[in-house]
Amino acid sequence: MGRLRFGLALSALMLLLGHASAEDVKLAYVGEISGSIAVSGGNFRDGIILAVEEINAAGGILKQKIALSQLDTQTNPGVARAQMQKAIDGDPYVVLGPIFSGNVKATMPLLQQAEIPHLIGGEAAELTNLGDRYLFRTSFGQQIGMPKISNYIRDELKAKTIALIWVNNDFGKGGRDNLIKQLAARNIKLVADVSTESGQVDFAADVVKLKAANADAVFVYSNEEECARIMREARKQGLKGPFVGDTTLLSQKTIELAGDAANGVRGHVGLTADAPIPAVAEFSTKFQKRFNYKPDHNGIKGYTAVYAIRYVTEKRLGKFDRKAFAQAMHGLTISPKDEPAILMETTWDDVGEIDRISFLAEVVNGQQKIIQVLPKLGK
Amino acid sequence: MADVVQLLVAGLATGAIYALVAIGFTLLWQTSQTINFAQGEFVMLPAFFVLIGMSHFGLSFWPSVALAAVVSVVVLGLLFKRLMVDPVIRHGVLPLVIATIGLAIFFKEVVREFYGADAQPFPPVVAAGDMTVLGIAFAVQSLVVLAISIVAVVALQLFLNGTRTGRCMQASAQNPTVARLLGIPVERMILYTFLINAALVTLASILITPIYLAKFTNGEWLGLYAFIAAIVGGFNQVRGAIVGGLLLGVIDNFAAAYLSSQYRMAIPLLILIVVILFRPQGLLGRIEERTV
Repeated sequence: MGRLRFGLALSALMLLLGHASAEDVKLAYVGEISGSIAVSGGNFRDGIILAVEEINAAGGILKQKIALSQLDTQTNPGVARAQMQKAIDGDPYVVLGPIFSGNVKATMPLLQQAEIPHLIGGEAAELTNLGDRYLFRTSFGQQIGMPKISNYIRDELKAKTIALIWVNNDFGKGGRDNLIKQLAARNIKLVADVSTESGQVDFAADVVKLKAANADAVFVYSNEEECARIMREARKQGLKGPFVGDTTLLSQKTIELAGDAANGVRGHVGLTADAPIPAVAEFSTKFQKRFNYKPDHNGIKGYTAVYAIRYVTEKRLGKFDRKAFAQAMHGLTISPKDEPAILMETTWDDVGEIDRISFLAEVVNGQQKIIQVLPKLGK
Repeated sequence: MADVVQLLVAGLATGAIYALVAIGFTLLWQTSQTINFAQGEFVMLPAFFVLIGMSHFGLSFWPSVALAAVVSVVVLGLLFKRLMVDPVIRHGVLPLVIATIGLAIFFKEVVREFYGADAQPFPPVVAAGDMTVLGIAFAVQSLVVLAISIVAVVALQLFLNGTRTGRCMQASAQNPTVARLLGIPVERMILYTFLINAALVTLASILITPIYLAKFTNGEWLGLYAFIAAIVGGFNQVRGAIVGGLLLGVIDNFAAAYLSSQYRMAIPLLILIVVILFRPQGLLGRIEERTV
C-alpha cells in the first residue's frame, strides 16, 4: 500500500512538473556552437543565456519561464537544416540564430514555411531581400556597414587604392560585392581582390599577393579566427597596412587571437562591448562575470534579441502569437527608456533590417578604442 | 621575382613543418609497422600542453614548452606505445590503423570538451618582423621556422647515422631478427623511435601553432598533409619524408597564389594520386617486397 501511495505521489509530481514545463515559452537557439565560426556562435549563445537567466529570474515573459533549447549547426548548412527542422518540431515561439549567413540562407525557408519568427545573426546583404517576413536581423547588414566604412576610407584615410582580402562564403561574398560597389562610387580603385576559404589556416600566399599590390590600405573581411590569422601573417611578413575592416576585424575575439598584430587596425563596428554607453558597459560586466570572458558584438546581439522578444510580446502584444509578433516587429523602434536591456535605441524596418547607432574604432594596445559615434541612418 | 622568392621561403617554412611530422610517420612505419592516423592530433596536443602550463601553472612560455615536451614524450611516446600500439599491433596493421583513427577522435573531443571549440592565441617563437636580403623582404618567423626545422632534421640524421644507438635503431628497422641475434635490444630501439616521434611532433606544434592558432581541429589537415608528404616522398625513407614535406609546402603556396586558394586543398591530393599511379614507392622510396 505504501509503495502504491509513493508511486501515485511520484506520478502526480511528474504530471505537475510536466504541466509546468508545458507552460514554458520555448525559444530555440540554432547556431554555430562548433565549426569554423564557433567563436561567433558561442558569443551569441552566451548572450542569449544571460538574457534568459535574467528574464526567468524576473518572472519570465508574461509570467511564463523561458525554456531555451540549443542546437549546434556545426557551421555546416546541411547540419543546420536538420537541426532547424528539429527545432521547428519542438514548436518554438521564436528561433534565434543562425549566425553564419550560409546557414541562415539554408534554414530560412523552413522557418518561413512554419511561420516562426527568427532573429538572425547573419550579416550577408541579400538575406533581407529574399522576401522572408519572419526574418529579423540583430546587427547591420553589409549594405549598411559598407557605405560607412567606405566614407571613412575616402575621408579619413584618404586612400585611393585598396587591396581586399575576403572569405569565400555568403558573408564574405556579400561584403565584397557591397564594398566594391561603394568603393567604385567614391573613385577608390581596387588593386587586389584576394579570395580565401572559410577555416583557412595558412595565409602566407595571400599576404604575399596583398604586399605585391602595394595599396594605400588593406581591407580585411573575414570571420574572427581567419581575421586574426591574416593579421598575424601580415605582421609576420611586414605588411604595413593601414588595415581596415568591418566589425569582425575589430571584434574582441580577433584582438585576443591576433595579439599585438591587431594594434592599429581601424574600422566600423556595428556593436561593441567598448561602446561609450553605460548600459553596454554594465552588460559587458555582467557577461564577463557570468562567462569569464569579454563579449564581442555577437554577445550583444544574442542578449538584445531575447529582450526584444520580451518587449514585443509583453508591451506590444500581451500574448504569444507568432504572426502578430512578426507584424509588430516591422517598423518597430525599441528605446532604452522602454526596455533598458535593449542597450541602444533599435529600429527594424519593413524587411527586418536593423538600424541603430554605430561606431568607428581603432585597436590601441590590444583594446578597441571608439573614435567616433555614427548616428542611426534614419536620423 | 620577389613574390616568387617570398612564396618559396614561406612554402619551405610550412613544408619543413610538414616534413617534421612526416618523418615521424616514416620512423614509426620502419621500426614497428605502425601507421599512426592520430599523428595530426599529436601535433595539435602539445600546443595545448603549453597553454595549460601558461594558464594553469602560471609558467612563462619557454618553461611551458619544456613542460609540454616532457608531457608529450611521456603521453604521445611512451604511453601511446605501451597502451595502444603494443597490445593492438599483434593483431595486424589494420586494427592499429583503426585504433589510431579512434585515438584521433578521442584527442579532438577531449580538447574540445576541456578547452572549447574556439581557437586560442599562441605565442610565436620569435617576434614578427621582416628582414631584407638582396632587396627582398622575408618574414623573420618563416626564416626561424625553416632554420629550426633544418637543425632538427640534421640533428636527427647525425643521431641516426653517427651514434651507436642510432645505428642500432636503423638495424632494428631493417631486420629486427638479425638485430636481435646481434644482441640489439630491439624493443628498446622501437620505443626510442616513438619518443623521437613525440619530440618531433612537439617541435612541429610549437612552430605551426602561432600560425594556425591553437584549435582542436588543427590536426585534421596537418595529419593529412604530413601523411601525403610521407607517401609522396617515400614512406620507408626519412629523406623521402623531408623532400615530400618541403615539396608539398612549396606547391601548396604556389597553388594558392597562382592557381586558386579555393582548390589549394585539392592539389596535394592530386599529387598523391599521380605518385601512387606512377611511382607507388614515392619519389625517394624503395620498393618493398613481401612474401605472401
